[in-house]
This record gives sequence, C-alpha cells and structure tokens, in this order.
Amino acid sequence: MNIFVLMKRTFDTEEKIVVENSRVSDDGVEFIINPYDEFAIEEAIKLKEEHGGEVTVVTVGEEEAEKELRTALAMGADKAYLINNEDVENYDQSSTSEILAAFFKDKEVDIILGGNVSNDNGTGQVGPRLAEKLAIPYVTTIVGLEISDRKATIERDVEGDQETVEVELPVLVTAQQGLNEPRYPSLPGIMKAKKKPLEVLELDDLDLDEDEVEGLTETVDVFLPPEKQAGRILEGEVEEQVAELVKLLRTEAKVI
Amino acid sequence: MDFELSKEQEMTRRMVRAFAENKIKPRTLDIDKKAQFPKDLFDEMGALGLLGLPFPEKYGGSDGDTLTYAIAVEEIGRVCGSTGLSYAAAVSLGASPIYYFGTEEQKQQFLTPLAKGETLGAFGLTEPNAGSDAGGTQTTAKLEGNDYIINGEKCFITNANYASILTVTAVTGKDARGKNMISALLVPADTPGVTIRNAYDKMGVRGSDTGEIFLDNVRVPKENLLGDPEKGFKQFLYTLDGGRISIAALGLGIAQASLERALAYAKERKQFGHPLSTFQAIQFKLADMAMEIELARNMVYKAAWLKDQKKPFTKESAFAKLFATETAFRAANQAIQIHGGNGYMREYEVERYLRDAKLLEIGEGTSEVQRLVIARQLGC
Repeated sequence: MNIFVLMKRTFDTEEKIVVENSRVSDDGVEFIINPYDEFAIEEAIKLKEEHGGEVTVVTVGEEEAEKELRTALAMGADKAYLINNEDVENYDQSSTSEILAAFFKDKEVDIILGGNVSNDNGTGQVGPRLAEKLAIPYVTTIVGLEISDRKATIERDVEGDQETVEVELPVLVTAQQGLNEPRYPSLPGIMKAKKKPLEVLELDDLDLDEDEVEGLTETVDVFLPPEKQAGRILEGEVEEQVAELVKLLRTEAKVI
Repeated sequence: MDFELSKEQEMTRRMVRAFAENKIKPRTLDIDKKAQFPKDLFDEMGALGLLGLPFPEKYGGSDGDTLTYAIAVEEIGRVCGSTGLSYAAAVSLGASPIYYFGTEEQKQQFLTPLAKGETLGAFGLTEPNAGSDAGGTQTTAKLEGNDYIINGEKCFITNANYASILTVTAVTGKDARGKNMISALLVPADTPGVTIRNAYDKMGVRGSDTGEIFLDNVRVPKENLLGDPEKGFKQFLYTLDGGRISIAALGLGIAQASLERALAYAKERKQFGHPLSTFQAIQFKLADMAMEIELARNMVYKAAWLKDQKKPFTKESAFAKLFATETAFRAANQAIQIHGGNGYMREYEVERYLRDAKLLEIGEGTSEVQRLVIARQLGC
C-alpha cells in the first residue's frame, strides 16, 4: 500500500503566543509535529503494519522541519520529503495545497492522511483542497478506519455524533482526536531514523514558480484576543440571583 | 568545541520526557509512598529500547551513546528518583559489566534479554563488611571440577528482587603476592542456593527495589566467570566509573526538578503583597540553583562524552558524580525552603527530592570516596 502523510511543524501547545510587529514571533519557541498530524502518522504506520507497503511523510515548510520529519521516521515512517517554501512571500493554505498537488502529480497513491486542522492557523483547508485538486474523495475528522479489498470503512466525528462512510481507494482522510494514541518513537527507531531517506525539494524540482503559488488571502492585521475580564459572583437568594442574571444577560451582555 | 546535541540526542530527550511526564509522573507519589517498584513501567521502557540504550543492536540494544543514556537518566530522574535509580542501575550495573567484559556467548545469553528489557540484571558488590572497601569482600567462589561453588552474602543490591541475572563479586583465590583475587561471576537468580530478600525500609528512592542476596553453595559452570579472573578488581572499578555518570545524571534530573518546582512556586506564591520571586533573598537562591545545575550538566555531559570518545574519564566521572549529586541535595533543600511549610508536605514533592537526592551522595561511592578517587587521580 502506498501510504502518504501530510505533516506540519507547529508551535508546541504549551508555548505562549507573542505578537510583535503584527506577526506572531517564533523567537525561542519549541516546535512539535502538529498533534492532529501525529494521529495521521500513527494511523499510517498501523496501516502499514496491517497491510504492508510504505509510509511517506511530506511537509511543506522551512528547513528546520527536518527535525519533525526525523521524528516521524523514528516513529516508523519509511521516507520523508521536505518541500521548501521559504521563497514564497505571501503564503497561505492555497499555496500549500498547490505545492502538494504538484508533488503528488507523479505519485501512486492509495491513501493520504493528514490532520483535521493544524493547531496554529486551524483552517482545516489543506487536506480537502488537495483532494479536490487530485480529484479523489476525502473524508474529514475521522476517528476510525478499516481497509479491506480497496474499500475504506471510516467512522467520522460529526460534532459529537458519529457517521460511518464507505469509500473506494484512493482517498484522502483527515484525523480527529480519538483516532488512536500515537506511539513514542522507540530508541532503535530514533537511531535508525538518521539512515532513512529524507529528500529536500525546491519549488523548481516540482516545476513550480513562486508566483504560481502565491497565497490568495491577505493578512490585514494580527492581534491577540482581549484579556479575559474577571468574572462576577452574584449574591443573595437563588431566585434573586436568577432574576439578576436574566437582567444582566439582557441589559449588559445583550445576548437575550 | 561544540555544545550542540545531535538530532538523535534531542529526539531521545523529547521522547523520554514525554514518556516520563505522561506515564511515570501520575504515579510518582504512589511509587514513593507505597515503596512499590513499578515493574510495568520497566516493561514499557524495555519496549521503547531504553534498557538497551547504550548497547549495540546485535545484542538487542538501541545503539545509542553514553551521552544519550545520561540524558535519558536525567529526564526520568527529573520526574521520579526511584524509577531513575532502578533504570540507571539496570543499565550501568546490571547489563554493562556483561557488555564490557563478557565473552560473545555470555553476551548472547545474558546481555541480550537485559538489553531488550525482557528482564533485569543486578550487580552484587556490596557486602555487610565490604562496600567501597571492595578488598574486604568475604564471598568466596571455589573451583570444583567444572563449577564454581559460591558462598557469601550481599546487601543493598538495587533491583535484586526483580533481577533474573546477578553479577556477583567473590574471592576466587590469591595472586602471586598473596593478595585476594576478586572476580565477577554470572549467577542466574533461580540457581539453587540463591535467596533474595526485600529487607529494607528506605528514607528515599523508596520505589526502587533493594535486596539482600544470600549465596549458599551456589554452583555455576566455570564459563560463568566474567572477564579476566586476575583483573576482576579493575573491571568493577571501570564499571563503577561508568555507573557514576548515570548517578550524576540522576542527580542532575532531581536538581532540575527542584529548580523548576521552586521557580514556579516562587512566581505564584504571594507574601506581603508580592510574589516570592520578587524578593532578593529568594532570587539569590534560585540564581545559585540554576548556576550550579548548569555547571553540573556541563560536567556530566563532558564525562559521558569522554567515555564515548574512549578517553580516560575516571576523574571526570568522579567530578560529575560528586558535584551533580551534592547539587541535587542543595537544590532540593533550597526548594523546600522556598516552599516554606508547604515544602515539608509530601504532596508538594520537593521533600521527596531531598530524600531521593540523599541516596545519591551515598550509593555507588560516597561523596568522600569520590574525593578520594579525585585525589588519587591528582597523584596523591
């Protein structure tokens, strides 16, 4: 089975976001594999263990993403590609999907797995956009996956409910929390990762021009949400409190 | 000079930290309070390749170096001293002597299951009348036909109750000058005549197993002699040099945990209307802790690096062990002080750091013995 995983390098979930000069500063920030992509990597390795084949992890990003790719290789992926996007000036999700579409043009694919969203921009667009461009079906927010006879039976999370979908391969799926529990890379896995192939590609290698992949969106401003105000505790008998609460919701919060 | 860790070392730190935070941390209070050896965690660590970290793949190891191993011990020690100590002892004392001095057959038979984490090993050196004074060893091994018959008693042996293979030191004869020759022998724990007892109620590292071993006419084939019978003494000195790096790394982990806890508490706890961390008396304590920890880290990593470069490291591993473990004790003590009354309570964990750190100033050569080792290296 030809199994591909789309991976993004993102801020560690414990990092504090600092905005400087209208952009998010990455000074001294720890990076990790986007947690949703980690579910995708785990699922890909499980598919390989069950059905055989090869797991290839692809990322579009900066050189530093090699570290996260090596971690994926240490977990058990077989090879990795880093597509360098540093030359693209105005970059967004349409750029990533355009670049990935060019990458997949000559690839034989049975399944592509990605995270449902990234924990930084959180748009959830790259997977579906890529599937559209490759003209293959896609299923998002999956929490269960079984494959037999080139047919995938997929459980997906629909706002707390579950839906079961059957789809022919090739297919693109995006992973939701609950799909699996990602493994730790084992020590032998870590030591072997350095010998596994990791290829760095430039846009040129994909016959792409920087202008072709310029983003379609424009960032006007970047700012942090307002600081949370202190709450207020109502006092008195329960009935008085309820009356007071309803009044405040009407007059102050203006939500009812 | 290059202070950068390799990608593999970074990745290992990240993996071990995640494992320690997610799997060990939720249980540390229990491990200490109930003095329960967390056998299941060692099974998981074995599956991750941690127990075979510094051994070659062909013996079931992970092919890592000493520095990577030190980082792993540091990260486990940062979360749980008990688990850290048993881990360090399993690798440095249980498995390493077989790797350093074993024959090919001994490595295949005894090292491989240890490196794969299928079972644990223990190193029986200390006796009621012989610790750092290894020359005082009273256990004997007499050759009778093709077997050694071993008699004696060992005490304070880490992981003994969970070990399936024991490396035991014993007097095997006298050398040309009439001095006792001390050799090491491999003794499967299920050999008739071996009795292992859990006899201790310890101050710290309570979840790390410690046992007494009694050897009563224990018969092992003479092929179970480990290494050169005439150089047994030198061999375990080398083993202890390596072990010191891991105990130093464990001290580093406990010291780091002490600083992190103390710093977080000092920033949160308010007195006289201000966080503790705004008071100079507290700031100076934290500054000293951070400085000593970084110095200890440099020394521990350097000793590990020297060993990996196959350069002499006896003096440096003694420096590292002495300084890192005393740093751990001081840092834990100051962490309690910064926590005030809360620090004396078990749930705040810093009191455990102090109890655990105290063992590190004693085990695998007391601080005084480290100073002796250093002085001898200086030519005294």
